Amino acid sequence: MTMKLDRRSFIKSAAATSAIATAASLFPGVSFANWKKLEGATGMISWQKAPCRFCGTGCGVLVGVSGDRAVAVKGDPNCSVNKGLCCVKGYHSVQALYGKDRLTKAKVRKNGEMVEVPIAEALDVIAAKMKETIDKHGKDSVAMYGSGQWTIPDGYVASKLFKGCIGTNNLEANARLCMASAVTGFMTSFGLDEPMGCYEDIEHANVFVTWGNNMAEMHPVLFSRMLAARKRKTNVEVIDFATRTTRTSQAADKTIIFKPQTDLAVANAICYEIIRNNWVNQDFVNKHVSFHKGLTNIGYGVEDHFKFKDKAEGISFEEFETFLKDYTPERVEKISGVSANDIRYLASVYGDPKKKVTSFWCMGMNQHTRGTWINNLVYNIHLLVGKISTPGNSPFSLTGQPSACGTVREVGTLTHKLPHGVVMKEGARKMAAEIWDVPLSNIDPKPTYHTVEMFRALDRGDIKFMWIQVTNPMVTMPKLKRYRDGALKEDRFVVVSDVYPTPTTDVADVILPAAMWVEQEGMFGNSERRTQHFDQIVPPPGEAMSDTWQLIEVARRLGYEKQFPWDEDEYIGKIWEEYRRFHDSPKHNMAPYKVLKARSGVQWPFVNGKETRWRFNSKHDPACTSGEDFHFYGKKDNRAWIWARPYEPAAESPDQEYNFWLNTGRVVEHWHTGSMTRRVPVLHNAVPSAYVEINPDDAADLGVVNGEMVKIISRRGEITMPASINGRGVPPRGMVFVPFFDESYLINEVTLDAFCPISKQPDYKKCAVRLEKA
Amino acid sequence: MPILGYIASPQSGAKQKLLQELNALQYCEAFPADNVDILILVTDTPDKETEEKLQVQLKGIKSLESLSMTFGYNDELHKGERNDNEA
Repeated sequence: MTMKLDRRSFIKSAAATSAIATAASLFPGVSFANWKKLEGATGMISWQKAPCRFCGTGCGVLVGVSGDRAVAVKGDPNCSVNKGLCCVKGYHSVQALYGKDRLTKAKVRKNGEMVEVPIAEALDVIAAKMKETIDKHGKDSVAMYGSGQWTIPDGYVASKLFKGCIGTNNLEANARLCMASAVTGFMTSFGLDEPMGCYEDIEHANVFVTWGNNMAEMHPVLFSRMLAARKRKTNVEVIDFATRTTRTSQAADKTIIFKPQTDLAVANAICYEIIRNNWVNQDFVNKHVSFHKGLTNIGYGVEDHFKFKDKAEGISFEEFETFLKDYTPERVEKISGVSANDIRYLASVYGDPKKKVTSFWCMGMNQHTRGTWINNLVYNIHLLVGKISTPGNSPFSLTGQPSACGTVREVGTLTHKLPHGVVMKEGARKMAAEIWDVPLSNIDPKPTYHTVEMFRALDRGDIKFMWIQVTNPMVTMPKLKRYRDGALKEDRFVVVSDVYPTPTTDVADVILPAAMWVEQEGMFGNSERRTQHFDQIVPPPGEAMSDTWQLIEVARRLGYEKQFPWDEDEYIGKIWEEYRRFHDSPKHNMAPYKVLKARSGVQWPFVNGKETRWRFNSKHDPACTSGEDFHFYGKKDNRAWIWARPYEPAAESPDQEYNFWLNTGRVVEHWHTGSMTRRVPVLHNAVPSAYVEINPDDAADLGVVNGEMVKIISRRGEITMPASINGRGVPPRGMVFVPFFDESYLINEVTLDAFCPISKQPDYKKCAVRLEKA
Repeated sequence: MPILGYIASPQSGAKQKLLQELNALQYCEAFPADNVDILILVTDTPDKETEEKLQVQLKGIKSLESLSMTFGYNDELHKGERNDNEA
């Protein structure tokens, strides 16, 4: 039964959420698990489960519905991720559905003007333009760019259409910009993607090391769980290893600041100390680890058509030990600014056999021109001491988007990937061709463009048509001006599916209004291998349509009715069961549709009705078949790989002309480019605009006080914005930090499009700028 | 009349007592943080006189160290208003 929520109850609910939001800003990590959303006062509303729309934590929420409108959110106590908690964004998430400028009608550019048209007409235009472009310029002249906010069915049908039917590998997603180094880190160290552990590690660990990861703002619910564990027990500490002080630093037991890029050197120095002190878990290493080295001086990808392929070579433990001799604590102190004592301290934490250690990281390590390497190096530390794949011992790569794992990494919406395996492997192509019912010859064995190169190809004209769904690249692409100018060129055709106007819809020739989050049925996959189903809970506005159904409509117009036969009232379940066929093995089995619908998330591998919490551990993982305590079955040698990876400098470092590091990132109130959270009044009012954090001494040298305008100039462009001095984050001297959520201050006009040559993920954390008082 | 949201700080060691005392007051609903010694208080009074009386009652609570207002809404000031983010 559902009754209407009255206006007064709604305002009381807003009063409570506002107080919670303020408390969260004053007390990082504060939680209110017992908050029942003043249920006694709000009257009866119906509640339905969903994963939160925002970050990759995957908090379960209950969406309160009155009539056909979502009116409230509370944490889902049945979801093990958050156990009833939410962060400030989660509590306000349903308000993001109801911004005044929601896109509700399709628009097509006619004689230079965007004109509202029926959505069917816009879909006709898209299909006709794709056909015409392919006929004229070939299949690789059309491209699709999606996101880690795509639902799993969205990404799956995109892959089927582009890779299986059209036959182009021009399919990428914005998770390339946030998670690609995590993927290549997993693949090179373990041969399989995604964390071996789970959030339950938080309840077991004694020490948490956050590697360049401001968890208090980026993953506040997990951070709350960490702090709650610390409060509950007497032997838990949090070490914040970072390039600037943040709210995470405020709550940590110890903060260690390192110079940008030198995490590589510090990680190697930790390994050096572990070996020097005989803290190596010899039994584990002898049974489960092999040693390797790859190519060095691998470049930065700043030039078009950059190519790199790593070459692995086996080495001995002794050769690895010799390699580490360049990384004594004293030497690394000079490179990193981290004292030799602090390096020894970090090594002692990992080396102490009595301590269970969990390392968390996200963009700090992934958005890094040696992102794959630093992922490898943190695994090296855990592997040397055997602290992995057991409760509390966990190297844990967090994600930033709700389905970066579920959609992009598992479905494989990247140029080289298929839902199972890579396009280069004939077996993977055969499996896809069979399941998709397309000729094997349709699936091209050669990857085309990763994200940066795809936008370069659009600029060059190699790509003429691009369809962008659920993301905002005209805010997020590094070295933005080049890619915006490219999208606006005369003979380029850009389709954008979104829920609000953005700088990306500004460059569109067709805009499709999309259903958002619980306005459609779908699934997300979070950071801990958890697939989370949500029903359509409220109707989408106007002619807004799910991204999946938009793709199906266009696919049918292109003649692929056979591959996209589903009815609109059951297509999500059908798509899921088709997709599951790709992962039919104990290493990756996914839960059936019925199970997903019933539960607040299910972890894969889901084998014989049971979720797998710690992979590679034979007590927990049914895919382990070696008879040993651990089995790293992802690699052909059945071992995890330790890599000798050196410290190499950033693509661009401060010099006499451009004498500051520029670091970019997020704030707790806003998610991604702010296109949703800036339309939530409480969140927008909390942080209404972006700013540049400057060290107080640098600000004094510049003659700038808080709020005064500062010009940030790089070799790519410039931007003027207000200064924040001693705000929530304080960079060290010689560094500035800018959050990227605000389209009024496009910081990516300034950033550099250098990337990790292995993962192809750009580095948003390091480039050189100079400052002027504006 | 006003709906107000506050962060309430208890005197040392008096969080539970403060929670009980606040929830015992008419027009008040309070709930605690799990891991920090603070509470959230939401008040909803029908008229000016009642609001003033409630303020006096709140000031008299001994277990309460401080109240910080984070949200304020007054019917009288918002008559006829409605935006897309209200039910």
